[in-house]
Amino acid sequence: MGKIVLDHVSYIYNAGTPFEKKALDDVSLSIKANCITGVIGHTGSGKSTMMMLLNGLSAPTSGKILLDGYNINATLKEILPEWLKLPEYANMRKSTAKKEIKAELLKRKKTLCFRVGLVMQYPEYQLFEETVYKDIAYGPKNMGLSDEEIKERVYEAIRFSGLDQSVLQKSPFDLSGGQKRRVAIAGVIAMRPEVLVLDEPAAGLDPRGREQILEEVRNYQKATGSTVIMVSHSMEDMAEYCQNMIVLAHSELIAQGSTQEVFSNVSLLEGTGLDIPQITQLIQCLKARGMDLPDDIYTVDRAAQLLKDLYRKNKGTI
Amino acid sequence: MSNAFIHAENLAFTYKGSGGAEDIPALKGITLDIQKGEFVAVLGHNGSGKSTFAKLLNLILEPTGGTLSVAGFDLSKGDLTEEDLIALRRRVGMVFQNPDNQLVATIVEDDVAFGPENLGVPMPELRERVENALSAVGMSEYASSEPHHLSGGQKQRIAIAGILAMKPECVIFDEATAMLDPVGRKEVLDTIRRLNREDGMTVVHITHYMNEAALADRIIVINDGTVLMQGTPDEVFSKRNELRAVGLEVPQCAELIHRLRESGIPLGNDNISSVAGCAELILKSFAKGDAANG
Repeated sequence: MGKIVLDHVSYIYNAGTPFEKKALDDVSLSIKANCITGVIGHTGSGKSTMMMLLNGLSAPTSGKILLDGYNINATLKEILPEWLKLPEYANMRKSTAKKEIKAELLKRKKTLCFRVGLVMQYPEYQLFEETVYKDIAYGPKNMGLSDEEIKERVYEAIRFSGLDQSVLQKSPFDLSGGQKRRVAIAGVIAMRPEVLVLDEPAAGLDPRGREQILEEVRNYQKATGSTVIMVSHSMEDMAEYCQNMIVLAHSELIAQGSTQEVFSNVSLLEGTGLDIPQITQLIQCLKARGMDLPDDIYTVDRAAQLLKDLYRKNKGTI
Repeated sequence: MSNAFIHAENLAFTYKGSGGAEDIPALKGITLDIQKGEFVAVLGHNGSGKSTFAKLLNLILEPTGGTLSVAGFDLSKGDLTEEDLIALRRRVGMVFQNPDNQLVATIVEDDVAFGPENLGVPMPELRERVENALSAVGMSEYASSEPHHLSGGQKQRIAIAGILAMKPECVIFDEATAMLDPVGRKEVLDTIRRLNREDGMTVVHITHYMNEAALADRIIVINDGTVLMQGTPDEVFSKRNELRAVGLEVPQCAELIHRLRESGIPLGNDNISSVAGCAELILKSFAKGDAANG
């Protein structure tokens, strides 16, 4: 089973009014642990709504979202029978007072929201503290961590971001747009979420800025083995950074699978108003002109390798 | 004086540091010409000075050094009258990055009418201008919609219509596609290209999307406040290493051509800016390979 499972999830905005709009329609999917999953879809396809549901900011209108098998929107009462069956609580019940067990369970419920970190679109607009250090420390502080632990987390987060430690004492408002964005993401990373959800983390940045942001995300994922879910409009970035993909169109799930599987289905992507990576377009073009190439080429690296091999084969040597 | 629509010579601009902070030189001597009817893309990474350059073109910022003339107005002397400034901004319109910051009215057609109304355009003509502008961006059916119900691409097209209704000769797009999704970007770019091709509108498109720059007649690359290079998309994208050194990347297909050439496969540079062009280059080179073999 996946780290996160959506079980027949629907979400309706303004339900029961003339402005009623279905943003997600009976979506069932499973997101694998310990990798980066990309979510693509045209504007209004339901991507951002899905991101918002993943960390419990809103509850689905119908259906369930499961994190490690537990419904993240369940009340304590609903979830209690399940939790009490867990071995750790079964043991506790023998030796500990009921009141303490209850406190423990409440804490568990409360920390559920810290397990999924959400980075919204244009997160740099949410920076507010006097210094970068304080801004990154805000999340860990709210988790009730010790000063020592907070410090460790801030330094760790800034390392993932690739920014120099000297920025910690600066005002976040003195940084460039791309740097601000990296600080904002560091603020979420500092909470060490098991699941990191990012809504268009690289939007509006120049090529180098994009790369720095996406490297930050990849560094965090690799170092911690966490589960990352990322929305992007750039098929090129998706091909480069994601192992799995989810495709949404008109509020419905239309495809999920490995990046390779999804990108080899060009006709499916074309029908949903999405860009196909330029390199995939080129390969399609070459194939149409009679070159013998596989379908699943979506990075420059692989295209270069295949064409080099083909050239060598045809010509003997270069 | 040059005949170019936009003529800059050694153009400089420095942001004055406030409260004892250091001055920041954003442009350090830009020399270039943009002709009437041209579609020029300006590329550069964040902080290169490309947006500062755009803001000088209709005097949102005033040059601090060098000369700049736009549409026959000399913008570097600081002696433009209020009337001249209005005339300049009517002829050179600007579309900004964020669609939500540019719409002023609660109904689409009111928003488009805002500019010409302020110019004192009388009623029957005003209506005609608004209708023509909306039709030029393909948004006629939304004339009485509320802007906040529209998508980002649609809002940007309304912002463009608002500029068109003032009948400018030149429109400057300052990263006008940066906040849009692929569909929105395509809508806006198709509109830009049509205005350029069919109506002869001079277009300066500031962007960091290489794929968009590839559609222009000419690309100007700005780095560290100076012009690093300029030329046709094919010429500029054939200088991949120089671009990479300043934090820019060529489109994927051009990158592939460069890598194949580095590994010893003979490939040309012509048409490197389009997918079809790159496919031709590869087919040509590989066909030669077959011939040598057979």
